[in-house]
Parts: sequence; structure tokens; C-alpha cells
Amino acid sequence: MTAPTSPTTTTAGSLDVAGVSRSAAPARPTAAEAPLVSYLLGLGDDALVLAQRLGAWVTRAPQIEEDIALGNIALDLLGQARTLLTYAGEVEGTGRDEDALAFLRDERDFRNVWLVEIPNGDFAVTMARQLLFSAYQCELYAGLLASADATLAGLAAKAVKEVRYHRDHATQWVLRLGDGTPEAHVRMQAALERTWPYVDELFDHDDAAAALPGVAVDPASLRPAWSAYVEDVVGRATLAVPQPTWRSRGGRVGLHSEHLGHLLPEMQHLHRAHPGATW
Amino acid sequence: MTHEDAAATLDPALEAELQARFDRMIAAEERIEPRDWMPEGYRRTLVRQIAQHAHSEIIGMQPEGNWITRAPSLRRKAILLAKVQDEAGHGLYLYAAAETLGVDREDLLDLLHTGRQKYSSIFNYPTLTWADMGAIGWLVDGAAIMNQVPLCRCSYGPYGRAMVRICKEESFHQRQGFEILHTLSHGTPEQKAMAQDAVDRFWWPSLMMFGPPDADSPHSAQSMAWGIKRFGNDELRQRFVDMIAPQAQVLGLTLPDPDLRWDEESGHWRFGAIDWSELDRVIRGDGPCNAQRMERRRTAHEEGAWVRESAMAYAAKHAAPSAEAQPAEVAA
Repeated sequence: MTAPTSPTTTTAGSLDVAGVSRSAAPARPTAAEAPLVSYLLGLGDDALVLAQRLGAWVTRAPQIEEDIALGNIALDLLGQARTLLTYAGEVEGTGRDEDALAFLRDERDFRNVWLVEIPNGDFAVTMARQLLFSAYQCELYAGLLASADATLAGLAAKAVKEVRYHRDHATQWVLRLGDGTPEAHVRMQAALERTWPYVDELFDHDDAAAALPGVAVDPASLRPAWSAYVEDVVGRATLAVPQPTWRSRGGRVGLHSEHLGHLLPEMQHLHRAHPGATW
Repeated sequence: MTHEDAAATLDPALEAELQARFDRMIAAEERIEPRDWMPEGYRRTLVRQIAQHAHSEIIGMQPEGNWITRAPSLRRKAILLAKVQDEAGHGLYLYAAAETLGVDREDLLDLLHTGRQKYSSIFNYPTLTWADMGAIGWLVDGAAIMNQVPLCRCSYGPYGRAMVRICKEESFHQRQGFEILHTLSHGTPEQKAMAQDAVDRFWWPSLMMFGPPDADSPHSAQSMAWGIKRFGNDELRQRFVDMIAPQAQVLGLTLPDPDLRWDEESGHWRFGAIDWSELDRVIRGDGPCNAQRMERRRTAHEEGAWVRESAMAYAAKHAAPSAEAQPAEVAA
């Protein structure tokens, strides 16, 4: 894998985002942003965007228990996002709070990975997305328990318990869909095919993390444990690990799938329609 | 054996004795429990009422669920998610309470999906602005609490106990609705107008939530005699108006009733005539969202069928042989 160009040296023109040249796509963050702010926004935006996706399931789930479960996972992720965005605003020091960061940033300023942007699809797609992401978050937060940053370590201590439940919930469903009826097996395999191209990006080099030794976790270091867990589940579910022909890249530097540009306006429009109002 | 089978084969003398025992328990305000003998009408009334209540919680998730992705702050989004989750939980408690009377949740959902059982008509109104989240919490949950607090003393044990927990959560919901409206009514002129508009739209439908006047409420008298219902529709409606009218003053919002006035002599707020033809119309299906609410519910259920089927297939495949061999009663 090609080492990405440091965003701090980026102006305009060519940019190498995780190995891909995009001459017309200058990435953010800007030179002024501290690595810790970038890092917090990355993790916070992951949680916020997936909470937004999961919140849309409520009243549409296959059974009422799942309306509750998906709402609960959304609520946990939203709580993580609030802590991370609030802290990012404090570190940034320009007076932006969680709402300013959630509602007043545009698409190119969001730092989440593409995986969380994938539309809900059927229940199998949502569970595949959740398994891949929760397994990643489990390793991430377990790593952050030892962070030299007390706020991050404190968040990790709470969140690691939450995301273990999320991972278990997704695991139980992937097993039931993969090893249940033939129809569900086909759907579950298709869902893995749909979501697997977004896996590599989770473990891509991140300049912000690299600039924060002892504080952040190196994404690449999370992959072995992630693979061991997820591939075991896929195997037990009688499913096959996909071999995708393409991969997503660039979310951490503000280059997203087109889906984010539809998710954000729905989330942001009311807040933006009343500038300065208190809710 | 179902209760109906049991009733059909009972010796008349024994039945009279059981009826007398039931009547004594009701008179002594004792709780009827699932294993107790009960008259078939009592059981049927409870199944209908608890199921309708459960369906209302489930359908009632939709008007608020409509704003989860659009809540104007992250704090409000979190509160709304938690609230809608509470409603799903209430639905589940209530279906479980109904199941103690010998019916299955699946069958009750089928009755809902085929339109043979109703849910509260209030949920057939749309949520058009964020302020509707406030109006639903303050007025709709407020009316629900008036109806439900007396149900904590319902003569049927499982229903009464479910209501204790539900009422605690509903009371919190009502306060959060009030707080949304308080924030809006003390915010920008646009926010205050949004709050007033929501109250204008939800006020009269909320009053209708107590049901028709006692004189036109055919089941009320029997339900009161059985200790299921404790107060008449009109009395509960009056209590609601007496609670809400002063709160509206605190909010700085008006209630859309030119006849609303404090009556010193009676110590009550007097209010104008309710247009009952609207309730009749909406109950018959001609409300703004009846078709939409039912379609969403049916679609979720139908589109989720393959998921539920696969879970059942997996369970059958992985069930331990010894567990399968056990009789259901022992396993339970």
C-alpha cells in the first residue's frame, strides 16, 4: 500500500489518498487542524453517521425486539459521537460544540469511513455492516483503554462494553441468517459481498493516528484480531469470506461515497433552518 | 385447553361457585391472576383492551419515529430515540400481559394488520414539525397518563403491574414534551409559532383520546364494575383539562378553544364542545395517516418475515435433542 500524502502538506492539485491519485479532489483537513481534532472527528463521525443510519430502522424492523435493539445500538453510538465531538470542539478551541460539528459541517468536512454510509438495505446488509463495524470498534476501544489521553481512555472504558454487545448482537444474527433458511443464506452472503469492499479502509493508514503515538491506535494493528473474529463468525454461519474487486478509501480525509450527501441534509436541515436557535 | 373449552365443559353449579368467588375478589379489590377462573366476558374485554393498548404503543412509534433522523440537536435525537424505544418496550410488556390470558402475540399482530383490532386514533394525525414532538409528549402522553394511572389498580394483576412501569416512563415522556415546548415557546418567534401550531393541531384530538362521553360509551359501565376501569371518560377528560390549562399559561401558549375558562364555583376549567364526528370519521379510517400507519406496520412485518423464519429454522437446527423431547409445560 502506498503511504498517503500528509494532508498538512496538501494544497491543491494532486493528492494521494491511500494510494489513489485524485487530481481534482483536494482533501481536508486543512493545515491548521491538530491531529487530535482530526482523530476525534474520525471516530466521532463514524459513530454519528452509523447512529443516523440505524435510527432510520426504528418502526421498520423485522420484529419489535429489533426495533428496540437497533434503536439501542443507535443510542450507544450517538452517545459515543457526542463525547467525541464535544471533546474535538474543546481541543479545537474555537467554540464549536457537538451540534456545531454535527449540523454545521459539510460533507467534505466529515471524516467517517465509507462503511457507515452504506444505506440500510435489507436486514442482512444492516447486520453485515454492523458485524464488520462493531468488530472493528471492539478492537479500537480495547486499544484506546491504554490511551495516554484520559478522555479517550475514559470513553473507551464505557464504549468497549457497549460495542461488545453490538458485536454479539450482529454475530447472533449473521449466524441465524447464514445458517437458517436458504433464502436468508443467499441474502446474507449477498450482504457480505455488498459490505466487504469497505473493510480495508477501516485499517488504512491515518496521518492523525500516526501523529499521536500513545494517544491513538494504529488502525493497521487492529486487523489481525478483527479478521480472526469476523472470519470465524462467517465460517460458523456457513458463509464465505468475499473477495471484493474494489475497495473504498478516503473517508478520513473527507472523500466520501455519494450516500453521505443525502444522509447529511436530512440530519442537518432543521438545525440549519433556524440559525442560532436553541432546541 | 383454552379458557373457552374449560367454560364449555364446566358443571353449572361449579361455575356459579367460581363466579361467586370471582365476584367476592372483585368486591374486595383483590387481584385476579392468570390461573384464577374468570368470566369469559372479563377475559375478552381485557384481551381487547390490552391488545388495543399494545397496538397503540407500536403504531405510536411512527409519528415520533418520523423525526429521529431530523431532530435538531444531538441531545434531542438521543432523547427521542430513547422515548420511541420505551414505546416499543411498552408494547412488548402489554403483549406479554395479553398472553397471560391465553392469546398469542402473533395472533394479536395479525388482528392489527388486518384491521380487526384498533389502536388509538390520535396516531392517525401527522407530525408535521419538530414542535409536534413536544405536543405529543405534553398532550398525547399527558392524556395517556390520565387514562393509565388508574389502570395501575386494574383488577387484573399482570395488566396492573405492567402499567406501573409504563406510567413511570410516560410521566417522564410528558415532562420532556413540556420541556420541548417550553424551549420553543421561549425561543425565536419562528420557534414559538411552531409550538403554537403544534398545540393547535393536537389539542382537540387529545381530548378525544378519552373516548366518547360516558352516555355513549357502551362498555364503560361493565368495565367499571369489573374493576378494569376506575373512572368515566368525562371525569378523566376534565382532570386532563384541569392539568393542562394552567401548564399552557406557563408555556405562554394558548389552547385553541374560545370557550375555555376557569370556573371558580366548580373549581374546574370549562371547555367547549368536542366535534365527535371527527373522532368517528378517523376511527372509521378516514384520518390523514390511517393508511400510511397501517402500511408501514404491515410492510415491516412482511419484509421481516424471511428474517423471523430464518431465526426459527436456525433454532430448530441447533436445538439440543433433549430440550425438544421435553414437554412444553415442563420446559416453561
